[in-house]
Amino acid sequence: MRAGLLVRVGLAVVTVLPLAELFVTALHPPGTYPPGLTWPDDPHWSNFALAFRTALVDRALLSGLVVVLAVVPAVLVLSTAAGYGLARLPFPGSRAVLGLFVVGLVLPREAIVVPLYQLVRDLGLLDTTAGLVLPLVAVHLPFGVVWMRTHFASADAEPAECARVDGAGPWAVFRHVHLPLAGDALRSSALLLSVWTWNHLLFALVLVDDPLRRTAAGALGAFQGRWGTDVPLLCAGALLITAPVVVPLVLLRRRFADALVEWASVR
Amino acid sequence: MAGRWAGWLFVLPALAVYGVFVLRPLALTAQYSLYRWDGVGPSTWVGWDNYAAVFTDPDLVAPLAHALLLVVAFAAGPVLLGLALAAAVRPGPSLVLLLPQAVPPIAAGLAWSVLLSSTGAVNRSLEAVGLHGVARTWLGDSSTALAAVGVIGAWALLGTCALLLSAGVRRLDPALYEAARLDGAGRWREFRAVTLPGVRREVGVCVVITSVAALSSFDVVYVTTLGGPGGATSVPALEVFHLAFTERQVGLASALAVVLVVLVLAVVAPVLRWSR
Repeated sequence: MRAGLLVRVGLAVVTVLPLAELFVTALHPPGTYPPGLTWPDDPHWSNFALAFRTALVDRALLSGLVVVLAVVPAVLVLSTAAGYGLARLPFPGSRAVLGLFVVGLVLPREAIVVPLYQLVRDLGLLDTTAGLVLPLVAVHLPFGVVWMRTHFASADAEPAECARVDGAGPWAVFRHVHLPLAGDALRSSALLLSVWTWNHLLFALVLVDDPLRRTAAGALGAFQGRWGTDVPLLCAGALLITAPVVVPLVLLRRRFADALVEWASVR
Repeated sequence: MAGRWAGWLFVLPALAVYGVFVLRPLALTAQYSLYRWDGVGPSTWVGWDNYAAVFTDPDLVAPLAHALLLVVAFAAGPVLLGLALAAAVRPGPSLVLLLPQAVPPIAAGLAWSVLLSSTGAVNRSLEAVGLHGVARTWLGDSSTALAAVGVIGAWALLGTCALLLSAGVRRLDPALYEAARLDGAGRWREFRAVTLPGVRREVGVCVVITSVAALSSFDVVYVTTLGGPGGATSVPALEVFHLAFTERQVGLASALAVVLVVLVLAVVAPVLRWSR
């Protein structure tokens, strides 16, 4: 058991090490190429403010937030309805439809990115929030639909039976019986979707030229090209876009862990 | 009224969005892969030529080979270490290990490139113990760059695998362990006979998650090496992006993308079958 503890501590250290490096590097004088993991003589806390102002990290954060606030609710609404339909109201062909969504769980984003770029361009939505949000909603639907279907499939059938006997139609049963019981599944799903959307890079790079209209990760991707030589400032920016996902997740780590386990069992 | 078709109405909105923004682009990628096309001008039907190029052009074969090596790197470390952790630590691994799942891959990649740089913490520790000769710019040296990317991927995925595997172990019936112990099994026999078969499903899921991450490892490579040095870390995901949006070879990029999809399915399907 002593060995187990040692392994645990060792792995925890290795896990945190890169983030510690990011933090220490961010405190070195801007424009220098700092040595690894050394505490600077005079920590430049101002780097965070500098990144905020000169690199417009504030606008990147805002645009990342807008994208998350548009993508996550849309995925939840669409996938809750679809998951319910597939689980509770099977129709001819519903198994095939589920199959289409299941394949989407492992589909690499790169496989659709070229026609997607053309589609978004033809719709006149390149460089717009909508042009980024719609594809992000679509690629997260497989997860959402399969997740909610699993939830509704395992839901207790009895209350719905009673409601139906009382004359409730499919919509009323969904709205008044099943939806109120789906809170936990929806919250876990929202948590994972928020993290994935915040961190999404590929579509942001391809579909939006202006880094300040991308996801947070996409904005950072552009900063790297621009101040690739100013490592401390880059690290400060990276920490600023990391904090909004890491801090809530440290607070919600139990739920996040449960959501990940559940996500994996869904696959 | 609605009867057996009511479900359709619930599914239709999601299916429409998915169809327009995922399924149709997927079909178009397959179609483009049979043409030579710069994405703007006229296109020329070339049949399977693009596929022939994917499997013969060394610049395109290398990314595929790298992707397969990364599958091994991303899967082996997290699954083996995760299994060891899950078997050894009953209450489950610490949740600190989940941190990499939340950190934007682009920030993680940046952190690792600082860590592995010539003056980074890794080289300083090596020098501190007298291994000056071993120190190098890990991501900039073509003999170590791909391995370094593999380490970053393993770092990112370890927590998830450890968590899933320990959840699997916790679900096992304690009576099985008691029976094994009564039969005189040691820790290793116990692991082989009870733990491993018991978490087969979880191992399968971990291999699927890590393989998919390895085969579409765009973010980490984009931020750490951009495929370099000298193509040492080129991966299909990055190559598709590069061919399509820089070189304007849409047909070739599409053929590579289709091969990538087939590769993902070829890896995932047998693993899922095995773990059922």
